This record gives sequence, structure tokens and C-alpha cells, in this order.
Amino acid sequence: MSARDRVLGRVRRALADVRADDVPADDLAYEQAVDRGYAREHGERTVTETVDLLAENLADYRAIVHRCTEDEVSDLLMRLYAERGAETVLVPPELPPHWLAAADPVRVHDRAASTPHDLDRVDSVITGCALAIAETGTIVLDGSPDQGRRRITLVPDHHVCVVRVPGQVVASVPQALERLDPLRPLTWISGPSATSDIELDRVEGVHGPRTLEVVLMSGE
Amino acid sequence: MSGGTFVGMPAFPAAAREAVGDATLRANLRHATHTIRDKRARAVAELSDWDRLREAGKRIKDHTLRHLDHYLVRLEESVERAGGTVHWAADAEEANRIVADLVRATGETEVVKVKSMATQEIGLNEALEAEGIRAYETDLAELIVQLGHDRPSHILVPAIHRNRGEIRDIFRKEMGHWGRPAPDGLTDTPAELAEAARLHLREKFLRAKVGISGANFMVAETGTLVVVESEGNGRMCLTLPETLISVVGIEKVVPAWRDLEVFLQTLPRSSTAERMNPYTSMWTGTTDQDGPSAFHLVLLDNGRTDTLADEVGRQALRCIRCSACLNVCPVYERAGGHAYGSVYPGPIGAILSPQLRGTGSDIDASLPYASSLCGACYEVCPVAIDIPEVLVHLRERVVQGGEATRGGNRVTLRPAKGHAAERAAMRAAGLAFARPGALRAGQRLASRTRRLHPRTLPGPGRAWSATRELPEVPAEPFRDWWRRTRGGNSGGTTEGSDR
Ligand code: SF4
Repeated sequence: MSARDRVLGRVRRALADVRADDVPADDLAYEQAVDRGYAREHGERTVTETVDLLAENLADYRAIVHRCTEDEVSDLLMRLYAERGAETVLVPPELPPHWLAAADPVRVHDRAASTPHDLDRVDSVITGCALAIAETGTIVLDGSPDQGRRRITLVPDHHVCVVRVPGQVVASVPQALERLDPLRPLTWISGPSATSDIELDRVEGVHGPRTLEVVLMSGE
Repeated sequence: MSGGTFVGMPAFPAAAREAVGDATLRANLRHATHTIRDKRARAVAELSDWDRLREAGKRIKDHTLRHLDHYLVRLEESVERAGGTVHWAADAEEANRIVADLVRATGETEVVKVKSMATQEIGLNEALEAEGIRAYETDLAELIVQLGHDRPSHILVPAIHRNRGEIRDIFRKEMGHWGRPAPDGLTDTPAELAEAARLHLREKFLRAKVGISGANFMVAETGTLVVVESEGNGRMCLTLPETLISVVGIEKVVPAWRDLEVFLQTLPRSSTAERMNPYTSMWTGTTDQDGPSAFHLVLLDNGRTDTLADEVGRQALRCIRCSACLNVCPVYERAGGHAYGSVYPGPIGAILSPQLRGTGSDIDASLPYASSLCGACYEVCPVAIDIPEVLVHLRERVVQGGEATRGGNRVTLRPAKGHAAERAAMRAAGLAFARPGALRAGQRLASRTRRLHPRTLPGPGRAWSATRELPEVPAEPFRDWWRRTRGGNSGGTTEGSDR
């Protein structure tokens, strides 16, 4: 007998008591078994307040937050890179070109042939996002062409993420899952990489980027 | 040998007595558990619907467990449709063999690992070592444990028993044997220690071809796996290698994508007291050009179906490993994680280990006594596992024997030797009563809030709860149990005891 049959057989025998009195598993039975009466959003907020809450919670987990309009974004990014002295920046395949129109660093593209070591030599990465969650201060990336592969936001030490506000902002985790496509690889990011493993002192940056800058860009 | 059973591990009371005498350990633990505990309470208070989320989490998991075969088969279909390969393992040995064969087929002799309780439980690192494959733990705390030739002592913060000075010494002494040595003049500031770990591990991540992980959740509907972490080592292991192997207990499945909305709210707040942990990765099979080109999922039983067969004890399988119960437990706070003799310490370990492994050994027979039954663990549990109820149930099984399932077969357990059970109980009691104030406070808290606890399942769940009416919390305070079974006028000796 295969291991699969053995495990499934054990599961079925273990549930003999359930089988005796239970309805079969189907979507309706499941719906009835779980009360979804929990909140879709915590508190009542205007659109502006939701964006403010996002900014506040991002900052609370030590992301650096900037705000600008679509017209100002290229100047802002130029300034951020100049202040850091970044010379190279990883760019996903379809980043809106005007975002970096004024920035000096050399654009590096993530090619199939580039190794993790190549990515490790880049100073910074810039991406858009799929959405951002205000209540938790989270940005979510889904590998769309303005975000690129998962590895590009992981290896460099500095990540700048542009969030279009208010269009890409949702209030809560339930609202986020509704809008995301589970078939895409998803990365949820809440603040920079952190550890509390040493006497529970929080230290930023063990493996992922040590600095996360989030640009809340209005203008839709 | 099952990797989860530490060889030569003394029974809980003996191990605990030793730990209680260790002042450094107690100070480290006390600081840590109290810090997380207080922060957690604040994080939970931010959500006005916490009780409803907790109830929903409980019901999602119960429903899944009641139809586990159905959801496992659906999960298997979804993962394979998305380009993954599913393997099944009835026990630790089978799982280790599958993983070793998969690694060997890649031609690699090194793998990077994300912290995973399931792979610790089956002793995967040791099994791979025996095959000439070196497994590098990449979570900072796991690295500390691995370099220190040590064992983890907490679910979430495995090196919670180590302070910064000890960590610096371990890094200085051991890093060089495993790869890049610690920098000269390394001090004990957490930032410098984390930096040393970053440099040491980065060279491994960047060249790794095989990654091994567990998972926090698996979604049957979509085939999505979820890993929740803080450091980014998880993301490194999940996305940089060419082959990814995930070893996951069969109880980690949830039916629908939507169910994540419950657990992604309750898990981070219960475990690290954060609104959201820094990184969550979700992947469904393989994706062209992004991440590993081969994905293998190993579904692990290893005692879980035996646990499922126990109508009272099966609720332990709801556990989402948040570790909140450890941080509030007065016994854990004094005894430390090692005393539990398993990768699952604390209150959840006291009910999970004896069910996964059976109560045959001294340590497993004594674990149901490693509690004061104060009920604090039930209070904080985000999926409302009634740990005290299961403890009492397991105590009865140890003392009276009875029907149980082991390795998929029904067996009749003999009662534990009277003297052994008595000694175990006595010592556990002495430990819990070392600070009777804390114990009483815990009991008072539990009884005050007991009205609020979910007691029966509505809808189709009623049939189940009707036959297992949840007892009051604490189900039976230790003192009462002691009086009833041992001490007082109500019988004096334990039923079924052979003395
Ligand atoms: S038993 Fe409950 S509180 Fe303890 S680790 Fe599991 S889910 Fe968390």
C-alpha cells in the first residue's frame, strides 16, 4: 500500500465518530460551519484617514515614508538616491519610465542569467506594488511587471516602493485577500527585515533590505 | 529513533527541577515571556472583533479536521495542477527518506533551511547528515541553536534561553567551522551579532540550490502555501534555490483562500505581538522565471492521525504554533523549554507530544502533569484549544490506561505504574506551587472570564460538541485532581492503578 493510501486510510478511520453523524464536506456545509461575522474593516475612516493610517503604521514599523504627487515623484526619487549615494538601482521590466527620469544611478535589469551574487552588488531596488494595507502597515507585491521577480526586492539592502494613493490602499487584511490573485507569488512586507531573537531587542535587517522607503504617490 | 525524542531525556519533573535551579535561564525566560506577554495583550486589544476571529479560527480548523481526507485530496490536486509534486509520509523515517532522495537527485550536498517545527520533529537535519548532506539553519535563533550544539527551547524564539554574551561566545567559537567566521572584535550588541549572522549566512543563501521549509498554512482550494517570518531568511530559502522542498504536517491545511484573512490577523498578534510580521510569502506551485523551478510538498502524518483519532485530544491539531500559551504559562516560565523533552515545549507541548509519540516513555507519561491547570493557556490561544481539558484527559489515560490509536492501530494501554505516576505528579505539583500566588492569580483570571469562552459549536458542529461538552476552565484544578485521585477521603487510590 502506498504511503498516500496509508495516511488517508488512517485519517478516515480516525474520523469514524464524525462519519456517523456528519454531513459530507461541501462548500455549503463549510459556509455554515464558519461564522464570518468578524469585521471587514476596523473602525470607520474616510479615504484620507485610511491613507494616513497606512503612513502611520508603516512608520511605526520603521519604514521611511514619503508623500508626493505624480509630478513630483521623479524629483523625490532623485533626492533619495542622491542622499544615499546609490550608484546602481535594480529596475523591474515595466517600471513607469518617468519615475526615474531625474535619478542618476545606473539602471540594472534583472535578467534570467543574473545570479544572486549579481543582485547582491546592486545598491538599491525600486518597485511599484499590488496594494497596501492600512491597518497593518503592509505593502504587497505580486510579481507584476512594475514589481519584478521576488528576488529583486530581497537581495539589495535598500528598497523603495511606490504606492499609488488612494487607489492601491485597502483598509484591512480581509479586503486585501479579496483583491489578490492566489496564483501569483505574493510577498507581504511590513517594515524592513527585523529580528528579535537576541534578548527580544528589535534589530533591523538580518537578511532582507535593511532600509525600506515607501513613497505614497497621489495623483489618480 | 524519532528525531523529536531527545535521547536520554529525563522525565519532566527531573528536567524541570534542574532548570528551575538555573538562575540565568530563569532570568532570561522571565524577561522574555513577560515582554511578549504584555505586548501581545496590547496588539490583541486593537482588534474589536478578536473573539469572533478566534471563534472563526477555531471553527475553520475544526471543520477541516472533521473532513481532513477531503481537504488533503483537494490540496494535492491543487498543488499538482500548479506544477508542484506531492509526497506522503506516514512517519519521520519515510519523510526523511523522501527528502534525502529528493536532495540527492539534485546532486547537491548542501541545503538551506527555514525554521520549521515539522522538520525538527522528524530530526531531518540529523537524517540528512547521515546521508552526507549538510543542512544550514538560517533563522538567526536557529543558527544560534545549531552553532551552540543546542536544542531549541521556545517555538518562536528558539534561543530564548541564551543571552547576548552567550551568543557572542558561540559565534566567535563556532562560526568559522561552518563558513564565514565571526568578525574580529565582535561585541555583544544585538546589532553587531545580527550583522555577523547576516554576513555568515549570505554566502550560503547566494549559492544554495536547494531550500527546505515548512509552512504555516496550505490552502486546499488554490494549492497556496504560506510562510510567515521576520528576517527574510524565509524569503531567501523560498525564492533563490532551484528546488524547494516543503515538509508540512497534514493538519496545516485550511479549506479556502479566504480563510487566511482570519489567521493572518490572529497569528502575528498572538505570536510576536505585531500587527503583521515583517514578511509573509505565498506561493502556488511554481511560477515561470520567478523562484524555484521544482517544488515538492511532503505531507507528514507522524502521529497526527493518531491524535485525530482521540475525540478529546484532536483539538490539539488546531494549533497554529503562535507560542502565546508558552509566554503565559507559569510552569514554562520556571522550567524552560528543554524540560519538555520535545520540539514542542510549553502547554501545547504538554498535550501534543504525548499524543504524537504516545505515553510510553517517562517523559511523555509525565508531560500531562507539567501544568497547574490554571487555564491561562486557553485564555490566550487564538484557536481556543482547551489545553486544560486535554491535560486532564491525558492524565486519566496515563493513570487508568484505555483505548488509544498508535501507528494507525487501536491499542489498549496499560495503566502507568502507580509509583511512576505519583512521582511525576508530585514533582510537577511542587514546581507549580513554588509560587502559589501566580498559580492562584491564573485560576482566578480563568474563572472570571470563563463565561465568554466558546462552549458548544453551533450548526453542524453541534453534533461533535454535544458528545464532548467542554468542561469549566480550569477543568479540574490540580489540587482537586490530587485530592480526588490520591490524597483525600474520596477513594485514596487511583482507579486502575496496579499497586
Ligand atoms: S496551543 Fe494555541 S496558544 Fe499555544 S501555540 Fe498553539 S495556537 Fe498558540
